[in-house]
Amino acid sequence: MARADAGGSRSGKHLHEAALKRQHAREQWSVLSLVVPAMIVIVLIILIPLSWLFYLSFLGDDGGFSLENYHKMTQYKSYYRIFVTTFQVSILTTLACIALGYPLAFFLAQLPPRWAGVFMLAVLLPFWTSLLVRTYAWLVLLQKRGILNEFAMQVGLWETPIKLVHNLTGTLIGMAHIMLPFLILPLYNAMRKIDKDMMHAAANLGANPINAFWRVYFPLSLPGMVAGSLIVFVLCLGFYVTPAVLGGGRVIMVSNHITAILENQFDWGAASALGVVLLVATTFTLYVAARLFKFDAALFGRD
Amino acid sequence: MTDAPQGTTALPIQIRDLTKRYGSVHALNSVDLDVHSGEFLTLLGPSGSGKTTLLMAIAGFSRPDSGSIRFGEDEVILTPPHKREVGMVFQSYALFPHMNVADNIGFPLKLRGISGAERAARVEEALETVQLSGFGARNIDQLSGGQRQRVALARAFVFGPRILLMDEPLSALDKKLRERMQIELKHLHRKLGVTTVYVTHDQREALTMSDRVAVINDGELIQLDTPEVIYNSPANAFVADFIGESTMLPLTRDDAGALLFRGQVVGDAGTDQGRDWTLVMRPERLFFADAGAETDDQTIVLTGVLREAVFQGESEMALVAIDDDTEVAVRFGTSGRASASGSNAGDQVSIGLDRNDVIIIPDGQAV
Amino acid sequence: MNWWSRPAADTQITHGNRLWLYVLSAIIMLLLVAPTLIVVPMSFSDSQYLEFPPSTWSLRWYEEYLGSAKWMRATATSFQVGFLTMLVATPLGVMAAYALFVSRHRATRAIFLLLITPMIVPVILIAIGTFYAYGRVGMNNTIAGLVLAHSALALPIAIIVVTAGLSSYDLSQEQVARSLGATRTKAFFLITLPQIRFSVITAALLSFLTSFDEVIIAIFVSGGANATLTKHMFAALRDYIDPTIAAISTIMVILSSALLLLTQFLGSKGKRN
Repeated sequence: MARADAGGSRSGKHLHEAALKRQHAREQWSVLSLVVPAMIVIVLIILIPLSWLFYLSFLGDDGGFSLENYHKMTQYKSYYRIFVTTFQVSILTTLACIALGYPLAFFLAQLPPRWAGVFMLAVLLPFWTSLLVRTYAWLVLLQKRGILNEFAMQVGLWETPIKLVHNLTGTLIGMAHIMLPFLILPLYNAMRKIDKDMMHAAANLGANPINAFWRVYFPLSLPGMVAGSLIVFVLCLGFYVTPAVLGGGRVIMVSNHITAILENQFDWGAASALGVVLLVATTFTLYVAARLFKFDAALFGRD
Repeated sequence: MTDAPQGTTALPIQIRDLTKRYGSVHALNSVDLDVHSGEFLTLLGPSGSGKTTLLMAIAGFSRPDSGSIRFGEDEVILTPPHKREVGMVFQSYALFPHMNVADNIGFPLKLRGISGAERAARVEEALETVQLSGFGARNIDQLSGGQRQRVALARAFVFGPRILLMDEPLSALDKKLRERMQIELKHLHRKLGVTTVYVTHDQREALTMSDRVAVINDGELIQLDTPEVIYNSPANAFVADFIGESTMLPLTRDDAGALLFRGQVVGDAGTDQGRDWTLVMRPERLFFADAGAETDDQTIVLTGVLREAVFQGESEMALVAIDDDTEVAVRFGTSGRASASGSNAGDQVSIGLDRNDVIIIPDGQAV
Repeated sequence: MNWWSRPAADTQITHGNRLWLYVLSAIIMLLLVAPTLIVVPMSFSDSQYLEFPPSTWSLRWYEEYLGSAKWMRATATSFQVGFLTMLVATPLGVMAAYALFVSRHRATRAIFLLLITPMIVPVILIAIGTFYAYGRVGMNNTIAGLVLAHSALALPIAIIVVTAGLSSYDLSQEQVARSLGATRTKAFFLITLPQIRFSVITAALLSFLTSFDEVIIAIFVSGGANATLTKHMFAALRDYIDPTIAAISTIMVILSSALLLLTQFLGSKGKRN
């Protein structure tokens, strides 16, 4: 038997075409309508307020359109210092996280999954603990008569108590501690996916362990490291609590200044403009990174 | 054993002008298909041919762009899946792991408001039908692959569906079990008598199980017929190549309309003038003829050089070069009577083909 | 061959050669965990000053906490807001994750990106933005306002966790259920939901914790009788080191550890099924 006449229908009229199309559209919308409640929350809490801030940032003293809020940023040296501090803290924290996170992630990735799960609790426990609690803990540990100073003096590392908190050092220590899990988790996942056979092959081809690591393993783990570093960096840019508590007023990042402007001058225009700059810097970093590297939304998962 | 407790009367399926496009690609191109009531029909085709899309359209999970599907007198093209009364068995079985065997099978009954005692009785009856009596309390993860398959099957027919659909249900089983299940499925179908549409890409499975086979390629129905006809008279080169093994060789046509292969008349083109014709030879229909045998009324004889003979267990495969660039495959049983073992590679051999076994297809191209 | 000289990896490097890695990792893990746990013994100190190890033990800071109307009120608020956030974010997150998972509409990717913006936008901006917007509509210092803002933060987390659960689920089960006579809604509740329940519970716990631990939005948007625990803690930390905070911190550490262990337990149970 030959099939029905080639291509298209005989009669020229397609059976039930319009009804099927209507049904298809109805089903698609009924499925998509399930996201509407979530979208309403996001629109109310993110989109509308952010648009409002955006609008306020372009409002001059006379109530008309003006760039003066942005112009101010280029005029005052204090703004320049704030941007420098923000980037400095963010970059140093990210580097510290890489230095501490890479070896630990590597160690965890080498363990059998069962044991990795157990040791992973060391990463997950701080991750799940309020950052306020952890910041407080560092405040206690690092103070003049805190454990760290006491211990160092007993061992003889230094004679008089060193100022470890209410300055940049304390802020960096606290932030690195808080950010470390954000680097380790994506990096660990990337390392777990590295094919064991690849290292096997490298070894069989005569690469010594150090060579095999740098020529094979490290490049393969790089995407995970970049993703983790990026998350850390971007979160640092907008950080508020830890610099506010451990910086003791000496480490002023963008977020802290936004708050200060609102508390002291109640200047919504200036605060909004600074916020817009922060948002642009964050989105820009993520956008560039997303273009350069393949990005996995699952990396954000706390799980 | 009490038969067909579901007591349904089998329904025919009538599909007309069914079309579905993904962008510019036709997943289904104006397909017409009639499934007779109570028949076991297999949709056979390579992956991406549209056979699964067609099955999903019958089930209601894939919405075509246009066309008509009737179960008996009922137009169902716009009916949602849960109202189609179709039993379905998936490739992955899709058993519900959070329910035990009895609850899985009882699920469609529960949805239909059938109460505890009657439900239990019908579940047990279905279990008996698939030879799993007493397995009701088992958990799904305690079952073997074949047992899971049977549970999926019982769940699909227990509520007396109008149609039974199966999407490559045996592909996850190993070869031995698969072959046993093929026979069992056939038995079951005979017992239930329900119209069944089965999808597979395995041509052997299709030939084994089906009343009729629908060969599908590129979203079009190529040939619909009984396994014997599909195998013995493929409609075109695609069917000839896809089903069974074959060697395809071009034919020439003389002025009288006779079709010639190397000067020997093998068939008749009749009045059909403007086509090319191809000879299809099934390896197992060829045999080694006595050296020097002549072509006669009943047998066509070809001579060539034995290139290679490969022992494959139940059969032996020989490759014979009938000229510099044409090789013909010959398959024969290893029962000890006919065999190539007497010949060595490089020997001159004659192979014969009964005229009744000649297959000629139009427009064919050696694939 | 003893453990020391056995190969530790496919490159035949031995455990002995790797000792530095083990020591380093142990130190880093200690650095990660110790600061969180150090508050526990400190909360039992009798001293005004925070000393470690405490010279005398007492429960006075717990008494202080439990006896303070301000702290009790704030704790109640935090639990209430956390609980309500969980009740809002979990169903909304499940609905959105499911829709985005099964829909093949072109817009799903854009919608997904929109729904995870709360993870990308710096929280300080969400805080001052909602503070400003709430000011216009009189929602500052209300429970409802705080729950709504916290739900926005919790939604992306819930969506990602539930999506992960769905991706290891065989969607053809839902199709089977529908062919057997269940409507789509029924198929979801009877078949899909029971099987992604561990992800849903995890999403709920994380939603609660996200709200309970949240500081910045709470500083701006909550206040008066509805100030949260974290808002008061933050204020206390900026001014002076109050050992009561150690007691509260201990309670919070215990709470989050319990929730963490619960999800780990559910996770391993979920994997077995």
